[in-house]
Amino acid sequence: MSGVQGSDNHEHEVYGLIAEFDGPDRLVEVTQEAFDRGFRLMEAYTPFPVEGLDFALGYYRNKVPATVLAGGLLGGLSGFALQCWSAMAYYPHDIAGKPLYSWPAFIPITFEMTILGGAFAAVFGMLYYNGLPSLYHPVFNVPEFVAASDDRFFLCIQSRDPMFDPKETLGFLETCAPRVISVVPY
Amino acid sequence: MANLDREPSRRTAPPPSLAPGHTYGSVTSKISSLVLLRPYNWRWAVGMGIGTSLVILLGVAVFQLLSLGVGIWGVNVPVMWGFAIINFVWWIGIGHAGTLISAILLLLKQEWRTSINRFAEAMTLFAVACAGVFPLLHMGRPWKFYWLLPYPNTMALLPQWRSPLVWDVFAVSTYATVSLLFWYVGLIPDLATLRDRAKSRYAQLVYGSLALGWRGSARHWARYKSAYVLLAGLATPLVVSVHSVVAFDFAAAIIPGWHTTIFPPYFVAGAIFSGFAMVLTLCIPLRAAFDLRDFITDWHLDNMAKVILATGMIVGYGYGIEAFIAWYSGNPFEQFMLLGKGRPFGPYSYAYYAMLTCNILIPQFLWIPAIRRNPVVLWVISILVNVGMWLERYVIVVTSLSQDFLPSSWAMYSGTFWDWATYIGTLGLFTFLLFLFIRFLPVIAIAEMRELVHESHERSGQGHGHSGAEAHGETR
Repeated sequence: MSGVQGSDNHEHEVYGLIAEFDGPDRLVEVTQEAFDRGFRLMEAYTPFPVEGLDFALGYYRNKVPATVLAGGLLGGLSGFALQCWSAMAYYPHDIAGKPLYSWPAFIPITFEMTILGGAFAAVFGMLYYNGLPSLYHPVFNVPEFVAASDDRFFLCIQSRDPMFDPKETLGFLETCAPRVISVVPY
Repeated sequence: MANLDREPSRRTAPPPSLAPGHTYGSVTSKISSLVLLRPYNWRWAVGMGIGTSLVILLGVAVFQLLSLGVGIWGVNVPVMWGFAIINFVWWIGIGHAGTLISAILLLLKQEWRTSINRFAEAMTLFAVACAGVFPLLHMGRPWKFYWLLPYPNTMALLPQWRSPLVWDVFAVSTYATVSLLFWYVGLIPDLATLRDRAKSRYAQLVYGSLALGWRGSARHWARYKSAYVLLAGLATPLVVSVHSVVAFDFAAAIIPGWHTTIFPPYFVAGAIFSGFAMVLTLCIPLRAAFDLRDFITDWHLDNMAKVILATGMIVGYGYGIEAFIAWYSGNPFEQFMLLGKGRPFGPYSYAYYAMLTCNILIPQFLWIPAIRRNPVVLWVISILVNVGMWLERYVIVVTSLSQDFLPSSWAMYSGTFWDWATYIGTLGLFTFLLFLFIRFLPVIAIAEMRELVHESHERSGQGHGHSGAEAHGETR
């Protein structure tokens, strides 16, 4: 079952080695093992979010929530400021003696702007941190990789990792009993 | 309670939100093949044909309106809000169920939402698009719509921030934007699946560009999940605020029958009520036509029927409290409207009683479990609820305006041919967009279904360790 597909296997000419697994639980185990062995520049690819996989990769800095908070605050404050400025300074008009700074009436738009700012921050922040859109990535060069959006689970160890050694890394991946191991060319 | 749990299967295990025997691969291939492999069939062609014909009708009606003005509609003093506002509120309300299903049920971890959330969200988008048509056209000069927005201009004008109508502009445009973003973010992994499975170069290019290069990386998924849950958290108060603001449009006026504090919550409940009815109206034929009974099970229909029953009773409570407060307040105008010759005994009493029948009486049949699991009966009930909720907006808008404080200014209202043409035209626009969606995008969230397969395997004890994982990965 296991075996290297492709022949060129020099350190700087390949992106890395990618191993294909059947199930998410096995992938988490293997990823944890690779992390424990000291591999850091690696990435797992799955057809749906797998619980615990990001922690197995040693990934714990997720800036999306903070970005959403900032976006929401920015949206809400700018909405409120816009209303105050236009109602009090730019275009004040006295209607039946009502105060110009009628903040309760400004709440609905402030609220909507908060949501809008937060939603933009969530979507575009997520895309920005993920480096998307980027239509090219070396893993797409592996023919088997189409199954990463179907029913297969991949672990890719990059050649840039200081621990990476073509033979030893391949040997390690082979001990994990994947379905296939492939070389990821650039 | 005992009555509901009589079936042994329902008592021993949680009812399946997915038919047994599915694997990651079978879920992927079944749903994506609806888009990629299934040839054009006559059912789709008939639906699309009807939709397109009605879109042409809408085009003619809009052309007529723009060339002759809003005089071609039935609106006139004192009923200045006719079909346009009725249809606007009706469409917006329908949209709300999509957001409720995708956001609130996600936060409540209701896994039965998974197979219906995608097309419920699409329904939201298309309903909001149809809703947006009406206030724009009702302005009379729609090409000046941008005057509603705050922008620097030589007239030195800015919107009147204290007006609920301006709040509505912000609420509805935010709602449309957030719904679109939420829907698109949910689609990204599925677009990647379509990109990877498409055979034609053209489809690969289109789906590949739309998927933005998604490759299912674990770090990407972690950020994606945060973003998705936070969007759900933002959309939940948003959906409540949008219909509250729509209710403020009425409640902030002093017109009898509108000027009540119960309007916002009762409008929100009514929106969810009509929206779930629309989801049923759409998904019962959809699952029959595309053989999706494995994913949209009878349990889904049962749950949606229960939501309709519950929200219908909140709406009924709203009607009751409106009438009670009219009596209790001692305000003669309110009493005339809600208890006298306004709604129950006035010229539009036929609409009032039809509304009560459709919204209060008919949903009571949903107490019976056999009816909740009978798709045909459920479909008929869902249509009647939609009709009832349209009549509710008709009753609220027309009765209150046609007979306000001064009898000398009273006048009757009825929709003209062009009113109906515009309304039916938006039904066509909705159908048209929905059939395009069914043809070109996955109607069920594939990635979420794979997650559901994983969870249901884990729960049934098959998914632990390597062997179980292999068992459900073995289809390719």
